[in-house]
Amino acid sequence: MASAPVSGTAPESPSSARLKGLTLEEMKAMARKLRRHVITMLGAAGSGHPGGSLSAAEILTVLYFKEMRYNAADPNWPERDRFVLSKGHAAPILYAALAESGYFPVEELSTLRKLGSRLQGHADRTLTPGVEMSSGSLGQGLSFSIGVALAARLDSRPYRIYVLLGDGECQEGQVWEAAMAAAHFKLDNVVAFVDHNGLQLDGRTRDIMNIEPLSDKWRAFGWHVFEVDGHDLAELSKALEKARGVKVQPSVIIAHTVKGKGVSFMENNVEYHGKVPSGEDLERALKELA
Amino acid sequence: MPVEMSTREAYGRALVELGRTNDKVVVLDADLSRSTMTSYFAKEFPQRFFQCGLAEQNMMSIAAGLAASGKTAFASTFAVFAAGRCFDQLRMSIAQPRLNVKIVATHSGISVGEDGASHHAIEDLSLMCSLPGFTVLVPADGVEAGLAVIAAASMEGPVYIRLGRPKVCVICDVDYRFTVGKAVTMRPGKDAAIIATGIMVWEAWQAADKLAREGIECRVINMSTMKPLDEEAIVKAAAETGAIVTAEEHLEHGGLGSMVAQVVMRNRPVPMDSIALKDVYAKSGKPEELLQRYGLSARHIEEAVRGVLRRK
Ligand SMILES: Cc1ncc(C[n+]2csc(CCOP(=O)(O)OP(=O)(O)O)c2C)c(N)n1
Repeated sequence: MASAPVSGTAPESPSSARLKGLTLEEMKAMARKLRRHVITMLGAAGSGHPGGSLSAAEILTVLYFKEMRYNAADPNWPERDRFVLSKGHAAPILYAALAESGYFPVEELSTLRKLGSRLQGHADRTLTPGVEMSSGSLGQGLSFSIGVALAARLDSRPYRIYVLLGDGECQEGQVWEAAMAAAHFKLDNVVAFVDHNGLQLDGRTRDIMNIEPLSDKWRAFGWHVFEVDGHDLAELSKALEKARGVKVQPSVIIAHTVKGKGVSFMENNVEYHGKVPSGEDLERALKELA
Repeated sequence: MPVEMSTREAYGRALVELGRTNDKVVVLDADLSRSTMTSYFAKEFPQRFFQCGLAEQNMMSIAAGLAASGKTAFASTFAVFAAGRCFDQLRMSIAQPRLNVKIVATHSGISVGEDGASHHAIEDLSLMCSLPGFTVLVPADGVEAGLAVIAAASMEGPVYIRLGRPKVCVICDVDYRFTVGKAVTMRPGKDAAIIATGIMVWEAWQAADKLAREGIECRVINMSTMKPLDEEAIVKAAAETGAIVTAEEHLEHGGLGSMVAQVVMRNRPVPMDSIALKDVYAKSGKPEELLQRYGLSARHIEEAVRGVLRRK
């Protein structure tokens, strides 16, 4: 998908064209860099949600540095592919990806959650360039994506819509209302990711409210299902490539991930859903990601 | 008694107390028990705790079913989700059949802070006070929060209790008496009345303290029951002080200010002003910064009092 835009009000920016050439190794390094940004900015903010940002680093990397067409210099370019962050508490990983993609300076990341910043605690489309949807109340992103996908069809635009959900988020009834609707409308321009890290806020997803068998559920709702290792960039890329060939039904990529991935003491640790490391822990986390 | 305690911490402790003395009490939560503090109850009474997962609407109607079957059901989540996301479930499953469900919503207002607009419940009082049959309580501190929870359990019918995230100053004495439907005069005064609710009672107190040094004596009224509203206390304050300022951590529309204004307008018109959010969503920031930035601090109340006094 490194091809030039079909049409559009602005050309693709050179920076995004260059980034599309990222090799697997370069993407690996990028995922690491995004994780480092997440820890650094949350450390500076003193509050926020690290776990669910770290688990999604590879997903965001593949999307922003390989899969999606966009123009950071023109965030509203009508032909752009859309990324919708339904699990809005993972805003830090999105901000990291947007900054590295050129939507705003990397230095701005340190303003996260501070009064006057464009980087709100949860994603806010009125303030941050590149943020497609305001989120933070879980369960609404897939429905929003359907609206965007229906508009693409009405306007005969070829752009695609990618949406990231949490596995805990899949307990919201609205997710399944949306799942039903996307299949009903035969939206093959929608690709949903479930960041299946097995944890939510209060504990393990299987203890809090079991959502399994998750793949069977999506399949029963009319979706084409891919299951991948969500930290394997090659597998993620391959699934996205295959999803382009799926017609008359939406695709979902169940990404098996580890919450807190990349920082040993945060991995699979529910404490770090909404707790930020400080002091020595912060240093240790950054060292592990160096 | 510590000098500072969050109202949600007080809730968590009060629930455990209730659990020990009242076996009809059941508790529901939606993946926020470690934040709403229902986790204390869950630990001690796992059989009577129902973790509903990230599915608030489902939780509210389940609570209604439990209440219809003789249980006293406490359902908790953040205020944005409780009042906003579940409004129709509260209306249809709980308010209309007048079921014995106690919605205890934490993380209300902008003092939630850094999480930002998505998590700032600033419409919930308007929504909840609009529902016929609901009792709406807004405790000013941890002491009052504990008493409100106990009082809610001992009355029949739907109750909404609005709690906060941060630790707040304890301002009620140990012998403080809380009665549903009764405003409490925290400080006497004849020049003007400040009618406040929730964390704004402390701000009102500080404003009154400042004004007292200039010889302006403000009555500070803690309107911890927003519904049914203590009309008598309001009319008395209007008659005896001749000027009223309301203060709430909520939007101006449909909140305490408008409810007090209705009573004043009908019974005893006096100059009034209201300290509240003016038709905006706040942004991310520290709680204290936000209260300053959005006009909800003692200083703003003080200015408003001076304003109404000029119009007396
Ligand atoms: C409607 C709604 N209810 C509750 C919350 C509070 N909350 C924020 S994150 C979270 C857990 C999310 O779990 P999951 O979707 O699995 O995300 P992840 O583990 O990937 O961070 C909860 C309960 C919310 N943001 N929105």
